[in-house]
Amino acid sequence: MEKAIQVKGLQKSFKQLHVLNGVDFEVEQGSVFALLGSNGAGKTTIVKILTTLLKQDGGTAVVNGFDVALKPDNVRQSISLTGQFAAVDEILTGLENLIMIAKLRHLKNPGVVTDNLLKRFGLTDAADRRVSTYSGGMHRRLDIAMSLVGTPELIFLDEPTNGLDPEARIEVWKIVKELADSGTTVFLTTQYLEEAEQLADQIAILHKGRIIANGTLAELKKLIPPAKVEYVEKQPTLEEIFLAVIGKKEEK
Amino acid sequence: METVKKHFFSDMSVMLGRSMRHIFRSVDTIITVTIMPIGFMLLFVYVFGGAIQSGTDNYVNYLLPGILLIAIASGISYTAYRLFMDMQGGIFERFHSMPITRSTILWGHVLTSLISNGISVAVIILVALIMGFRSPAGLLAWFAVAGILALFTLALTWIAAIAGLSAKTVDGVSAFSYPIIFLAFISSAFVPTESMPPAVRAFAENQPVTAIVDAIRALLSDQPVGNDIWIALAWCIGITIVAYIFAMRAYKKRV
Ligand SMILES: Nc1ncnc2c1ncn2[C@@H]1O[C@H](COP(=O)(O)OP(=O)(O)OP(=O)(O)O)[C@@H](O)[C@H]1O
Ligand SMILES: [Mg+2]
Repeated sequence: MEKAIQVKGLQKSFKQLHVLNGVDFEVEQGSVFALLGSNGAGKTTIVKILTTLLKQDGGTAVVNGFDVALKPDNVRQSISLTGQFAAVDEILTGLENLIMIAKLRHLKNPGVVTDNLLKRFGLTDAADRRVSTYSGGMHRRLDIAMSLVGTPELIFLDEPTNGLDPEARIEVWKIVKELADSGTTVFLTTQYLEEAEQLADQIAILHKGRIIANGTLAELKKLIPPAKVEYVEKQPTLEEIFLAVIGKKEEK
Repeated sequence: METVKKHFFSDMSVMLGRSMRHIFRSVDTIITVTIMPIGFMLLFVYVFGGAIQSGTDNYVNYLLPGILLIAIASGISYTAYRLFMDMQGGIFERFHSMPITRSTILWGHVLTSLISNGISVAVIILVALIMGFRSPAGLLAWFAVAGILALFTLALTWIAAIAGLSAKTVDGVSAFSYPIIFLAFISSAFVPTESMPPAVRAFAENQPVTAIVDAIRALLSDQPVGNDIWIALAWCIGITIVAYIFAMRAYKKRV
């Protein structure tokens, strides 16, 4: 299978602070990859490097076959970013925001594309309202809709459900699942272990600048000491895996 | 790379359209920008005007060039503000992660600044006409005035860009325009420099605002402009180049 993302020995420091100390991982094309980590782990830093917003200090990152440091223009052609903080224009209406992105992506018929997206994200009624009047959930939906304009092959979602209520969170999950079904590669970061469990084909845990665990949910579950599994009747949650793995590392 | 370059004009028009919408949806910014200079004009003409020896019989005529420069100096603080807000929000990052011509992101703001300040200048000239401003200048002279004002706006806009790109707080964003406005008071904008004490006069006669004011005043009153216009142009172009270099440096630091 083709790789959508290949990251090798990625390093990044902000002055004295070593955020990434040799990060390695690969993402299969068409899969949903979840990068898990606590606050300040460096998730956003990785997303910024992969989306050409930040230059790494060392290591290589290849996105859709293009090195992010050498061919940033080609990388930008094939990706789309929904950053951690809403990247929408508050003064424009929802429709104007979408049209703006469609024009910047040089689409032939922006009107059709944006109408479909508005419908799909339940924003048709609010299309002509200024975004500043939108609720948090609507903001996020528009934000994601803007990233889907032009159907990019690979989409980055940096904590897409951050600050949303449970209902809005489930809506976003549905969108991600639809994306995955349509064959789009999704790279998402999250602090919610349940979210990764729900959405991802492959989960990587970022801790202290390195990937300390990486695999499918089933593979990660094997990391739990077997003795514990016998005692626990229910399936272990990702939370337990996370804590178990971190605990193991710290003991060393 | 080719595909990216080819879209310069279409990207530019999207960026320009976006920030022009911002302006027309907050018309109050244009009012705020024009109200202070108009206030100065009323104050100086109707309150201080009688006491000021400007050497002309029509003080509005004398005052207008300086007032226009003050309006532009306060107008560009909104450019800095809009740029700052873009940097703060995620929209800059979205643009930067897209395959667009990056330079259009800044130039969109710069063009918008030129247009919105042009509108403010037009509004103030209208008010001045009502207050009795008259000019014998021909079309060519008016074009020259428009050109100087546009260059002045461009120079200040790049200074505003430095502020907008490097400020840490909203308050810090507009502070830079105060010294520029202050510069207008120590110039020939309100009173002839001959009336000033020697040290102040030396400063006033060698700073950009005086040269620009004198050049515009001469053009509007159909007098020979002499060297003033070249000194004014040199200042504008010089400031634009230096400010552009620093603004680009601040921009690169952020991306
Ligand atoms: N531009 C910067 N300058 C200095 N330090 C930075 C910068 N950007 C990030 N950092 C630091 O790098 C570390 C990792 O930040 P990052 O935003 O990547 O974390 P994160 O995993 O996305 O966290 P969160 O879950 O809070 O979003 C943090 O300690 C942060 O303070
Ligand atoms: Mg983050």
